[in-house]
Amino acid sequence: MTRYFTKDHEWVAVEGDEATVGITDYAQSQLGDITFVELPGEGSEVGKGDSASVVDSVKAASDVYAPVSGKVTVANTALEDQPELVNSDPEGEGWLWKMSLSDADELEGLMDEASYQAYVAEL
Amino acid sequence: MVDFAGYWMPVQFEGIIAEHLWTRESAGFFDVSHMGQLYVSGHDAEAALEAVLPIDLSTLPVGGVRYSLLLNEEGGILDDLMVTRWDSGFYLVVNGATKWDDIAYLRDHLPDAVTLNHLEDSALFALQGPKAFEALEPLVTGGNPLSTLSFMRGGQFKLGGIDAWISRSGYTGEDGFEIAVAAEKASELADLICGQPQVKPIGLGARDSLRLEAGLPLYGHDMTKLVDPVSADLLFGINKRRRNEGGFIGANKVLSLIADGGLRRRVGLAIEGRMAAREGATVLSGDTEVGIVTSGGFSPSLERPIAMAYVPVEFAAPGTSLSIDVRGRKLAASVVSMPFVPHRYHRKGAA
Repeated sequence: MTRYFTKDHEWVAVEGDEATVGITDYAQSQLGDITFVELPGEGSEVGKGDSASVVDSVKAASDVYAPVSGKVTVANTALEDQPELVNSDPEGEGWLWKMSLSDADELEGLMDEASYQAYVAEL
Repeated sequence: MVDFAGYWMPVQFEGIIAEHLWTRESAGFFDVSHMGQLYVSGHDAEAALEAVLPIDLSTLPVGGVRYSLLLNEEGGILDDLMVTRWDSGFYLVVNGATKWDDIAYLRDHLPDAVTLNHLEDSALFALQGPKAFEALEPLVTGGNPLSTLSFMRGGQFKLGGIDAWISRSGYTGEDGFEIAVAAEKASELADLICGQPQVKPIGLGARDSLRLEAGLPLYGHDMTKLVDPVSADLLFGINKRRRNEGGFIGANKVLSLIADGGLRRRVGLAIEGRMAAREGATVLSGDTEVGIVTSGGFSPSLERPIAMAYVPVEFAAPGTSLSIDVRGRKLAASVVSMPFVPHRYHRKGAA
């Protein structure tokens, strides 16, 4: 499984033609306590860069953009009752949705973990 | 850390929800030294202040603290403030973001025989929560016991040998204290208070969520110079004698608004679901825009979103069903009476 990162602080873990999407530890630390996650509808088509989800924290509401294009297959409904999972385990149990990939070439423009860590270190 | 009213202040320490809940169950320490501390004294300072503010000082004893409003001629709110009677004059605490304008306005409107001092060498702390008393009381070293203070009363005390003016007041709805201390002793006193096991430092984020739950408006958001005290539901800031007699800045406008009730009201809204509505969101009745949210967020104590909004008086009754447009979604909301979370002040005569 390969994990990619965006400049907007989403991560996407790819296994075959299925991807899991979430926000990074850096993102959750900036947002503070997360109180609500608006998940995309299962079956909905998202384009790379579209706002697919909203993460609401005690500070502000923030868009989560689809890092790649495709169809949402599963939303993490555990977040409906436990949005704080995005704080406690953003890159694990706090994943947001799974999706099929419509264009694997879109992964080319994303960062790998080392590049992302270097990017965050500059912020 | 953020720039707030020209001060570099912490939004949070360990997290807004944790700090909020800690304040509600134990005691939270706030550094509010950005607020303006003013001292008004001199010949007939009392009459001069009453000519400006809609406050009744004749019923305010030495050490008494009272909420008041600084109004313009049109009855718009320039600031809200606390007024305390000291032996020789009046001690005012105003908002940080407005203090320079307030000082200029007061100097303009007070006669020359009255002196306005800006107490820039004084720091201001707040200690708030059900355990604030038990945390602060053991630090009192002078002869004046802290138990002499009830809600909205203040006095001179010593904390670990440091002189401090302490009032039993605050901005969270909890029992607690506000503590003015010489700036040169502020750091020592902060360490002393934060060294108590009941106490944790609290940032601006939880200060905002605590005051929102307590139904307390925030200047610049829930009140501005375009809002009058009747619409803002702050008539308790206009004391009874002054409603009859007038004679304060903006009285003509405010007294006529009191008589006819005005058109709008600041109300509390309880929102369905978990998505928060924030300042600027539109309030609807059916499909008609009727008002605007002036502050809102997730209530850590109630675990649901709450907001303050301005709506026409016909939609202001508790129980009225409205909705709020948040990013194109209509969140169901109902008008509820404030505070959202009951106040737990230590009132005189109460157990």
